[in-house]
Amino acid sequence: MSAVEHNGLRFGFSNWRRVLSPTGNTGDAIFRIAMLLVALLMVAIVVAMVWALATDALMSIRQFGFGFLIARKWDPIKGDFGALPFVYGTVMSSVIALAISIPFSLGIAIFLVEQAPPYIARPVGFLVELLAAIPSVVYGLWGIFVLAPVLREHVQPILQTAFGWLPLFQGSMTGIGLLTGGIILAIMVTPIISAVVRDVLAAVPGSQREAALALGATKWEMIRVVLVNGAPGIAGAIILGLGRALGETMAVTMVIGNRAQISPSLFDPAYTIASAIANEFTEATGDLYVSALVELGLILFLVTFIVNGIARLLVWNVTRKTGGVGRAA
Amino acid sequence: MCALPRSVRVVAWFTALVMLVGSLACNGGGTGPNGSTKLQGAGASFPNPVYQKWLSEYGNIHPNISIDYQSVGSGGGIKQLKEQTVDFGASDAPLKDEDMKSFSGEVVHIPTVLGAVVMTYNLAGLNNPLRFSPDVIADVYLGKIKKWNDARIAADNPGVTLPANDIVVVHRSDSSGTSAVFTDFLAKISGEWKEKVGVGVSPSWPVGIGGKGNEGVTGQVKNTPNTIGYVELVYAVQNKLPVAQVKNQTGSYVQPSIDAVTAAAAAFVASTPDDLRVSITNAPGAQSYPISSYTYILVYKDQKDAAKGKALVDFLWWGIHDGEKFAKELQYAPLPAEIVQKAEVKIKSVTHGGTALRS
Amino acid sequence: MTALTALCTLLAVGALLIILSYIAWQGIGSLNLQFLIDRPRPVGEGGGIGNAILGSLVLLAISSVIGLPLGISVGVYLSEVGTGRFAGAVRFMVDTLTGIPSIVTGVFVYAVLVLPMKHFSAFAGGVALALIMIPIVARTTEEMLKLVPHSLREGALALGAPQWRVTLGVIIPAAAPGIATGAMLAIARISGETAPLLFTAFGSRFFPSSLNEPIASLTVQIYNYAISPYDEWHAQAWAATLVLMVLVLGINISVRFVTRKRF
Repeated sequence: MSAVEHNGLRFGFSNWRRVLSPTGNTGDAIFRIAMLLVALLMVAIVVAMVWALATDALMSIRQFGFGFLIARKWDPIKGDFGALPFVYGTVMSSVIALAISIPFSLGIAIFLVEQAPPYIARPVGFLVELLAAIPSVVYGLWGIFVLAPVLREHVQPILQTAFGWLPLFQGSMTGIGLLTGGIILAIMVTPIISAVVRDVLAAVPGSQREAALALGATKWEMIRVVLVNGAPGIAGAIILGLGRALGETMAVTMVIGNRAQISPSLFDPAYTIASAIANEFTEATGDLYVSALVELGLILFLVTFIVNGIARLLVWNVTRKTGGVGRAA
Repeated sequence: MCALPRSVRVVAWFTALVMLVGSLACNGGGTGPNGSTKLQGAGASFPNPVYQKWLSEYGNIHPNISIDYQSVGSGGGIKQLKEQTVDFGASDAPLKDEDMKSFSGEVVHIPTVLGAVVMTYNLAGLNNPLRFSPDVIADVYLGKIKKWNDARIAADNPGVTLPANDIVVVHRSDSSGTSAVFTDFLAKISGEWKEKVGVGVSPSWPVGIGGKGNEGVTGQVKNTPNTIGYVELVYAVQNKLPVAQVKNQTGSYVQPSIDAVTAAAAAFVASTPDDLRVSITNAPGAQSYPISSYTYILVYKDQKDAAKGKALVDFLWWGIHDGEKFAKELQYAPLPAEIVQKAEVKIKSVTHGGTALRS
Repeated sequence: MTALTALCTLLAVGALLIILSYIAWQGIGSLNLQFLIDRPRPVGEGGGIGNAILGSLVLLAISSVIGLPLGISVGVYLSEVGTGRFAGAVRFMVDTLTGIPSIVTGVFVYAVLVLPMKHFSAFAGGVALALIMIPIVARTTEEMLKLVPHSLREGALALGAPQWRVTLGVIIPAAAPGIATGAMLAIARISGETAPLLFTAFGSRFFPSSLNEPIASLTVQIYNYAISPYDEWHAQAWAATLVLMVLVLGINISVRFVTRKRF
């Protein structure tokens, strides 16, 4: 049916609809208010969460102050807590995950949208999305039993022989550590980024492609145009993936070694904020302990804020230079 | 007829489907029939297998009582009991005095079964289990003993060729009652450990990598050569990992076993207080395994609901008597007879509105 | 260069096949009809995941009913209705919500729903999962709606349709496959979540009889079995994972079918 027929839909009120909606249409007024209410609900939820976290973290904030952010010791028995190792672990594992995942996801999306014929693209795209459905605890188990031994026996020795002069690849090779955590996260994040980028690229109008080709661009230059066109959408996809990486709990905690330390080597164990909360929250007794864990959660909020802010700035930069996304039909 | 946009129609179908599933959930199944008493418990993961067995067997005998137990960890069980979102909690370590004050009522500890924390390792070319003195274990975990062929390990194991490899120490990364028992033992036999690290569910380990849960440590040790780790006995047995003998207070190297654990509990009977909160690590007695512990079920002394309270005490009574025979099959050590008697007294002390629920 | 992108895709599909075959290899032995309809039993007695399957479906249903409409509405707001700084703030907050560890969401819902009600419930579990779902659905919906060409909007408006009609009847159907992608990603994500359920839906040995009680779920059951010492339970965990993936696959296929483009 056509979207503009008004079969059987009439609104009888006449007075207040003109006040509430610029078009004077009651349906519009209801629609806009409903959407606004939902958005307000969203804000209320986030505010409620931050407030709940902040009140519980208050004890720890008062006790440690700013020093919490740079302290490196985490000792629940002695009551001495510091967040820096966790922030390091969280940020580093996410950076590694994105560094591996973004090129792969872009490659997959480009392949599926620009190059593969539909009879391949649909089922293969499906399969890639299926990666997102594997429960994180299964990723963790697979990581311990399959990935870690492979890394320990094959990959890490090669890295150490080839790049051992970099502090990144020194240290004992147990297969459990920051690198393993980053790789598992990369696998978990790739389906999200590639699925969204796929849809973004597919939605770029064909006219853009034709225009580029008509001006003499090679296939790859044309794809570059398409990518730039979809840059905000791609950035959105990466932020979604980053969100998953920062907050992932189960899979990471099984393979990252869970040691609150800051070590330059990727082979050494590390600890993320989400893992710390998952590992210790249920058993945490003592108000200061719980409060310190909650403060860690609050810091993760902060880290997400900052990283999102940086990502937004980058996107704004890119779209500013290229004159915005062309969405003319 | 249908002039609504397709998206709205999709939503309508979807909601109808959801209603269907929801109504199935609310009427289907059949378990939890009307008039039955329902109890909810939560807590330690260590005794989960034996509690599940108990609940299933008890459910066969008393079909109108449905009891559920979820293993969320000792701390989780304690928390939920405190918030009164569950009817009983379960914890490996007994509550400390100051913790008990934060409950809204008096809490009774009922010991159910016993367990052992064992040292497991991954070392090639050994025919017999390794032997450790307690101070050697402490120093390995303090990072002072670094190599497998250290003189002190060799002293415990005469005639065994130990490789010159680095020891890879594995500990628990998550908070756990197992860690509490292990550190309790280490603090008793090593003054340095007591001062430097202390006792708790989540110690700051001087060295080593952390595995999540008993199975995480098991997996680590199984898959990584030259590792040493501590796990509950049942995990080592089920995964066919080697288990070390530990020297006890009287000087004998004891192989961890169910009987050795019960012996440790029996050795402490005289000094077990009436409220049954006791640590039995480093037990005296030639047969005692030094890293043993009770696991408890915690209930409020004053039950608010008469029917639930009665069901609870009846179940606990059954557990410490008839339930113990299932414990052994699942590699949990049963309570020594004297402790069962003390537990009976405790169960009888549970009341509702002033009257004992079981006399 | 084509070889490079094809290689990326091959590696991703390869990773999936490796993990899936590992799951299948470990779990296929335990998969039988009894396993699918029975409830859990003590170790050594077999048992199954029937109640967990039903529980997962119920939780999925509750969270979708709450999360999908809210998420899509927020996406619609951000793309069509919202303007200026407030919309920017809302977008920022939604982005932040995506980064919250699921366990923090679970603890939040525990404090807000479970403690006041003094018991765990399927409803609380559904709410926790919905909170995880909403930001994912909202962001993808917004991006997909933004990608619908302006000409479509202008054309519909020029023909005299009010904004709500244009949005519901033209723009959302045009972006439907993309929105479905977002919904699928969200559903896939929450069907694999364990941590939030541990504090809200809790878990149960029995078949669900009410939304106001603890309820079993596949992920919690998998988690409990996976961390146990028994090989028999490990095998059941892997088999349950297979079932979970088939479930998600099924939902994925049916939603794709419903939202396929008909032109």
